[in-house]
Amino acid sequence: MATRTATIDAAPLRTRPTSLWRDAFSRLIRNRLAIVGGIIVLTLLVLAVFGPYLAPYPYDQQNIDQLARHGNLPLGPGVEGHLLGTDALGRDLLSRLFDGARISMTVAFVVQAVVLLIGVPVGALAAWFGGRIDQYLMRITDVVYAFPDLLFIILLSVAFRETFFGQALDGLLLIFVAIGIVGWVGMARLVRGQLLSLKEQEFVEAARAIGVSDFKIVTRHLLPNAIGPMIVAVTLGIPGAILAEATLGFLGIGVQRPRASWGVLINDGSLWMRVSPHMVIFPAIAIALALLSFTFLGDGLRDALDPKLKGKQ
Amino acid sequence: MTLTDDQNRASEEPVVTELPENVSIATEEGRKLAEQLADAAPHAKRLLEVRNLSTQFFTKDGTVHAVDDVSFELDYGETLGLVGESGCGKSVTALSLVRLVPYPPGRIVSGEIIFDGIDVMKLSNEEMRLLRGKKIGFIFQDPLTSLNPTLPIGFQIAESARIHLGVSRKAAADRAVELLSKVGIPRARERLGDYPHQFSGGMRQRVMIAIALACDPMLLLADEPTTALDVTIQAQILELIRSLSEEFGTAVILITHDLGIAAGMCHRVNVMYAGRIVETGKVDDIFEHPQMPYAWGLLGSLPRIDEERGTRLRTIEGMPPDLINPGPECRFSPRCAYVHDKCREVEPELSSRAEPGHRARCWATEPGGWLNGSQ
Repeated sequence: MATRTATIDAAPLRTRPTSLWRDAFSRLIRNRLAIVGGIIVLTLLVLAVFGPYLAPYPYDQQNIDQLARHGNLPLGPGVEGHLLGTDALGRDLLSRLFDGARISMTVAFVVQAVVLLIGVPVGALAAWFGGRIDQYLMRITDVVYAFPDLLFIILLSVAFRETFFGQALDGLLLIFVAIGIVGWVGMARLVRGQLLSLKEQEFVEAARAIGVSDFKIVTRHLLPNAIGPMIVAVTLGIPGAILAEATLGFLGIGVQRPRASWGVLINDGSLWMRVSPHMVIFPAIAIALALLSFTFLGDGLRDALDPKLKGKQ
Repeated sequence: MTLTDDQNRASEEPVVTELPENVSIATEEGRKLAEQLADAAPHAKRLLEVRNLSTQFFTKDGTVHAVDDVSFELDYGETLGLVGESGCGKSVTALSLVRLVPYPPGRIVSGEIIFDGIDVMKLSNEEMRLLRGKKIGFIFQDPLTSLNPTLPIGFQIAESARIHLGVSRKAAADRAVELLSKVGIPRARERLGDYPHQFSGGMRQRVMIAIALACDPMLLLADEPTTALDVTIQAQILELIRSLSEEFGTAVILITHDLGIAAGMCHRVNVMYAGRIVETGKVDDIFEHPQMPYAWGLLGSLPRIDEERGTRLRTIEGMPPDLINPGPECRFSPRCAYVHDKCREVEPELSSRAEPGHRARCWATEPGGWLNGSQ
């Protein structure tokens, strides 16, 4: 028997309806600060990837002759073809900043990957199973949250410095793991909170009623609904990671010379601050720019992805 | 619904043993295997038998007896109405059938559910999951919140077929198109990639129906499928459910508080009150000779088109009882206009009335009761 129900004759509906992402993007590009932030972030990313090809000199090349001609003092900005000058060993500061960008961006994204890798499963497990599992996981989370971050990272770095693990990738691997280990807590809490409210939604029950497995309900139905806040948290978490890495570099832990983390550069410059302040000023500007641009971009993303939250967080 | 259809259906479906995952009934071998399995297993006489089902919610204020000792059965292809006011246990009954009562705090504490010869209560969680969606479809009350806002509807319809029939992405998409056309959504293929917010409420309920029917289930549980929709759309959706259930020979349990809907859709009706079935019978019997004062009240409170304008709607005075620690009395007795002392002491059993299959839980209308024969 044919369906007798009237078929609604829909008027042509091909003014391509906007998807969530398109919608969010159009809100994002109306936010000027976010766009400025986004452009700087993109620039930093380009520098991170192509820095060695764009830099005027290799980051570790010492120009001893030039140094000698200037009384063994760091060259100032613009002197002898060094746009931002050199450091006390005659290495081009601009090239070293590019290498710093590479380190900072790697830290930024790999640390966030570690954060997602630990935080999302922990938060999702806690929210989905609830009860005792939730209790245990959240207490572990609380303990990690209560760690003094920097102290823990320093301890970890010191403990593993001489091992293969500590030496891998010029000491970067250790930094990723250390910062990630203390950083996933916020993500776990965020995911748990999101999923706790999402799992009460009727579409979860509907998914169960057609026999979707628990794992697929979480991964296909729940997490995509929380993707907006997660993107925002990742973006806003990056400045913290960059800052942590710079701090470690400044303290002489983590990335080892001749690699040029921005923190390392500031540390190098601090000895020469009175004579050659440019050695501190330029890395400081780089750090500030990176932090601000990620923050602006993150704020913009938050407003764009969740307009209800605008100005509240 | 014809008898032969039902019999075919019953013999086609393997009753106890499942087909191996990788065998499709669509192939010749698969069909043979299915028939062998069906022959090997005893035929179930009825699609669904529920015996003494009790579902309780354990709250801090006490145990809520949401569904209390409910028994009923359902034939292949039959449409059964569960009617009653809010909180009487209709939805919990339906959720219990597919073991989706939220736990904690809810739990099925006792009872037997035999679905197509399968003892549902004895299935493992994994077996239960494979039963849901494949043989029992569920339509929820609110189509606005029952679809996942972040997934295209094509995916959501195909999901069930992908899980239960193990078909390819492509075949599942084709199935989704077929279903969408069946439920009356124009240009189905173009709309597979659309998201729920691009559909109206009525369209979304059509999508929900398509999802529920994706694997051609034997039983469709429709939990107030039209409550969230306006009246004109209501009629369309109900007509759709009816015509599709007739076309596919699907049995339907229709949960509603709207007696008009029940009268128009169902073969039989269970009237529920305070977690119990208080009257059950063929739809005509119940509407023409209701045997329980609560059913009179429900029928009396329907607005009528031939009534004089300006008359107030009749209501049933009082509130339904607290389902924490119900007493031994008839649960409707506090609100009943015909109450006797006996009602306040002992709750009556469901007992037979004049028409076959018509039973009610009332002292007054039992043979020899003080209202027997008056209605």
